[in-house]
Amino acid sequence: MRKLLVYLKDYKKESLLGPLFKLLEASFELFVPLVIARIVDTGISGEDYGFVWKMGGVLLLLAAIGLVCSVTAQYFAAKAATGFATSLRHSLFSHIQSLSYTEMDKLGTAAMITRMTSDINQVQSGVNLVLRLFLRSPFIVFGAMIMAFTIDVKAAFIFVVTIPLLSVVVFGIMLISIPLYKKVQAGLDRVLGRTRENLTGVRVIRAFNREDEELEAFTEENQGLTRMQMFVGRFSACMNPVTYIIVNAATVVLIRTGAVRVDSGILTQGQVIALVNYMSQILVELVKLANLIITVTKAFACADRIAGVLEMKSSLPQGEEEADARMREQDTEKKAGEKQADGGAYIRFKQVDFSYKDAGADALTDIDFAVEKGQTVGIIGGTGSGKTTLVHLLPRFYDVSAGEVLLDGKNVREYPLAALRSKIGIVMQKSVLFHGTVRENLRWGIVDGENEPQGTSPAEDKRMWEALEIAQAKEFVEKKEGGLDFEIEQGGKNLSGGQRQRMSIARAVVRRPEILILDDSASALDFATDAALRRAIRNASEDMTVFIVSQRAASIMYADKILVLDDGRIVGQGTHQELLKSCEVYQEIYYSQFEKEESHIRQE
Amino acid sequence: MDTGMKEGKKSTLKRVLDHISSYKWILAISILLAAVTVALTLYFPILCGRAIDCIIGPGEVDFTGWMVNEGLYVLAKKMVAVIFLTALAQWLMNVCNNQITYQVIRDVREEAFEKIQKLPLKYIDGHSYGDIVSRIIADVDQFADGLLMGFTQLFTGVITILGTLGFMLSINVGITLLVVVMTPLSLFVAKFIATRTHDMFLLQSKTRGEQTALIDEMIGNQKVVQAYGQEGRVLDRFDEINDRLEKCSLRAIFFSSLTNPCTRFVNNMVYAGVAILGACLAIGGGNQMGFIAFLGGAVTVGELSCLLSYANQYTKPFNEISGVITELQNALACASRIFELIEEEPQSPEPEHPVVVEQFDGSVTLEHVSFSYVPDQHLIEDFNLQVKKGERVAIVGPTGCGKTTLINLLMRFYDVNSGRIFVSGTDIMEMSRAGLRDGYGMVLQETWLKTGTIRENIAMAREDATEEEVIRAAKAAHAHSFIKRLPNGYDTVVSEDGDSLSQGQKQLLCIARVMLALPPMLILDEATSSIDTRTELKIQNAFASMMQGRTSFIVAHRLSTIKEADIILVMKDGNIIEQGDHKKLLAQGGFYANLYNSQFAK
Repeated sequence: MRKLLVYLKDYKKESLLGPLFKLLEASFELFVPLVIARIVDTGISGEDYGFVWKMGGVLLLLAAIGLVCSVTAQYFAAKAATGFATSLRHSLFSHIQSLSYTEMDKLGTAAMITRMTSDINQVQSGVNLVLRLFLRSPFIVFGAMIMAFTIDVKAAFIFVVTIPLLSVVVFGIMLISIPLYKKVQAGLDRVLGRTRENLTGVRVIRAFNREDEELEAFTEENQGLTRMQMFVGRFSACMNPVTYIIVNAATVVLIRTGAVRVDSGILTQGQVIALVNYMSQILVELVKLANLIITVTKAFACADRIAGVLEMKSSLPQGEEEADARMREQDTEKKAGEKQADGGAYIRFKQVDFSYKDAGADALTDIDFAVEKGQTVGIIGGTGSGKTTLVHLLPRFYDVSAGEVLLDGKNVREYPLAALRSKIGIVMQKSVLFHGTVRENLRWGIVDGENEPQGTSPAEDKRMWEALEIAQAKEFVEKKEGGLDFEIEQGGKNLSGGQRQRMSIARAVVRRPEILILDDSASALDFATDAALRRAIRNASEDMTVFIVSQRAASIMYADKILVLDDGRIVGQGTHQELLKSCEVYQEIYYSQFEKEESHIRQE
Repeated sequence: MDTGMKEGKKSTLKRVLDHISSYKWILAISILLAAVTVALTLYFPILCGRAIDCIIGPGEVDFTGWMVNEGLYVLAKKMVAVIFLTALAQWLMNVCNNQITYQVIRDVREEAFEKIQKLPLKYIDGHSYGDIVSRIIADVDQFADGLLMGFTQLFTGVITILGTLGFMLSINVGITLLVVVMTPLSLFVAKFIATRTHDMFLLQSKTRGEQTALIDEMIGNQKVVQAYGQEGRVLDRFDEINDRLEKCSLRAIFFSSLTNPCTRFVNNMVYAGVAILGACLAIGGGNQMGFIAFLGGAVTVGELSCLLSYANQYTKPFNEISGVITELQNALACASRIFELIEEEPQSPEPEHPVVVEQFDGSVTLEHVSFSYVPDQHLIEDFNLQVKKGERVAIVGPTGCGKTTLINLLMRFYDVNSGRIFVSGTDIMEMSRAGLRDGYGMVLQETWLKTGTIRENIAMAREDATEEEVIRAAKAAHAHSFIKRLPNGYDTVVSEDGDSLSQGQKQLLCIARVMLALPPMLILDEATSSIDTRTELKIQNAFASMMQGRTSFIVAHRLSTIKEADIILVMKDGNIIEQGDHKKLLAQGGFYANLYNSQFAK
């Protein structure tokens, strides 16, 4: 929580004034018992109606001032809290965006979304409550004690004993019950997990007739949760009765002591009433505080989680790198030129090893290959052989563990991240589209600054249609109502799987990248479309270097160079014909997909 | 519309009460305890007042009861007793309320979950998982909060109001009248603010929803955002919404938070009123006979202090109740979402006396089957198919052509609109769903593992399977070698979204699951799509032997599978447009021939 306080710094004034006015209001409230004491001692005893009315007026005045103060306090608190949440939300969002794939994999999407939404909301209401009320309660408690001292020192000592006792009890119960609440939350998470799992696996569960067993398992977890809730409930239900006992017992002692002191003429009847009133004010405030603490603890827990995300540093430092890169730029450009002259390759993987964070084994081992500009590279291999990982190293989604990746003779780490990625168009395995028109989705591919993001231009339209045509998406986009202005639903729900894939290919193509990476992104296309797509891409640009990752031999067999991956290693590289002769793994893959005679026919 | 909603609410309330009624004894005890708690709580200020009346001035303090019948000592003893009884009753009441609430929500959750098992797939496919999960988790939770708050505060609140009224009346009528007349003011104020802020809250939650949607979309697909270097643009969009949210949040929060100070102000006025009137009555004594008698007679100082604390206690529940009512309304809204789910039409009932097929012979016949997901969009019409025992049916067609529709019908995930499907000569409508599904083994495109050990996942079809059988199945599916290498072997815990296994490994487990049961009919939906070709080759061999003598339906892209099929169903746009074996379809020169030839196009 402390770490998040910096987000309050723009609202220093508000976060000071809020509690201040609240305290002001509370102080006026503390005068009320004194006024009542005066009414009893002076007004009633002296049978002075005028005095009573005057004091009544004072009470009303106190109430009015209280109203003004607390409204002011509410305003400042609300302002500080919403401002705080807004800037926190902004920072967190932009921070999450700066995280690299490694951190994203670790955090998980669901967690990040929860941090951004419900966690920040909780913290916001926490801040609001703290500013408004949190200071008020302790202030009233201690204020009441101080007022008691002004009335009678000996009687006030009862307060001195009672208040610490109360604090110990209240915080003791809190300390014990908060971890218990966490357990309840964990139980709830389990129930949630079970429910979710059941929905996603509904077909399998029904196919295997497991409905009853699932219900049984759910019932058990649900019952466990209930037991836990009831246990915690019994415990935290102690809070109010215990405070009640302490405060009222203190009241009895107070009356008893007061009686003795009135008897000996030290105190008046009205003063005893005032003391009793202070005591009951404490009770009221403590009950409020107890309810508040639960909300505040929750907010603290959320704040910790948010701070955890904010503390996470991107494992791809780019700020310094960029500066470095700029300094080295001229230097390396020269070098690059030299290398190019040496016949240096356009893309070069030099003895690259890579392992995912916290994973035991290497995902890639000793990857070494070179690609010329304008070549088409096919990457084939089994699931988990490291195909996707390999192509993710090029746009620096991850950094290599050993070795280096060179682009144009320069280590990819030396490029500013944005510049590097703008050279590359990548189509991921899972085709993701965003809510918005076809045009808006395609605009993602157009690098900022190159084109006005708002409004439409014929040139831009033309460029988009070209890209759609290459991606074999022109036909269906044309058929959609509005063409480029056809509204795509979130996640592209109103398109078929194949259409989504072609749209995301178009998005990559429209940016006219130097390097195009298709990561198994034609899997939902039929063979004919797949072939047409590859043909179109090849014809589109001579200079574009294309990587095609696929499980299908048909998709890559015409590539200039094929890399065969197996278990994170390159077990063969070369053309289709070469590999068919020399690479056992490639043969196996190829013949499992093309029966021998057919491939003979094809080759003839 | 409005009345409809009200009726809905009413029936929701009734349903909630139905659920509570199973705990009516605890509820009765809870109400009784609430009454006891309140009575004792209210009795305490009276004792206090009497005690104060014993303390008049120097030398005039009544310790032993010489002035009135109770002295300070006796009163103190009574007070202590009352304190402990109150605390005990309060604790017991809280415990009872917890019991009721948590058990009610347990029942509701269980009922909802049970319902999920019985809902037609149409419902589940048509709703997002998130929506259903949030009903069962978040809505039920909110409902519980409301219920608990309702019990603890509404009961005690109402009883407190009534009790205070009674006690006040017993002391002084005039002051009671003053309190009764003035208190509703705070309710009006609260109501006034609530109606004015309603629109602000609406705007806030709308804006918040907009922001959440953006967050969900962008962070959910963060990798794509970064790959395209769109962070800046996305952040701009985010900030635009964020700023709007700040403005409308501030308004909503500030104006709604006025409720508290305003109602407190009203309460303070009541307090002042009681003080003034009470003091006048106390002074008055016997002087202004008529007027004071009209107001209920004189009061003592002790009674005045007692009335003052009553004035506080009387107004408090009013403030709380307005909060409780919002909370309860909220809870009812949540409850209605849950009950909506619970009362959703279940899948068509099982036949009363289902025909039990002891031994499936593997024949499947479809007669004049018509089906569509939405009434006016016809998909399958008058479809006939005869599959003999052991035949292999391949379903082919471009993506999105509705290949899974057929599987939905065969497994009775969906029911046909018209026509009949026979399995082993029996109409599947006459069988129980479980009986029918026992006959099938299914591997779907989307692999799904339940949270549990690998062994549990494989043994899903047959819980009684022995260790050897599980291992044999895993071996047959070529899963044994990788399972062995996992940290805990067959006891490794996996979950649906666990990253511990690759997609291919998950699929191998799903295959092992079917291998264990070896049912007479198989349904394979792109079963090998994400398994590498080398493993696939081995699996296909295993499949081949598994399919021997078994009827199988295969949704496949791969040519070799398709060519070996006895019957090929070619689907397009949800319809079956061609049907026959490879040779026949090729000779036809139709859609299939095109598709086939395109495979070798460069």
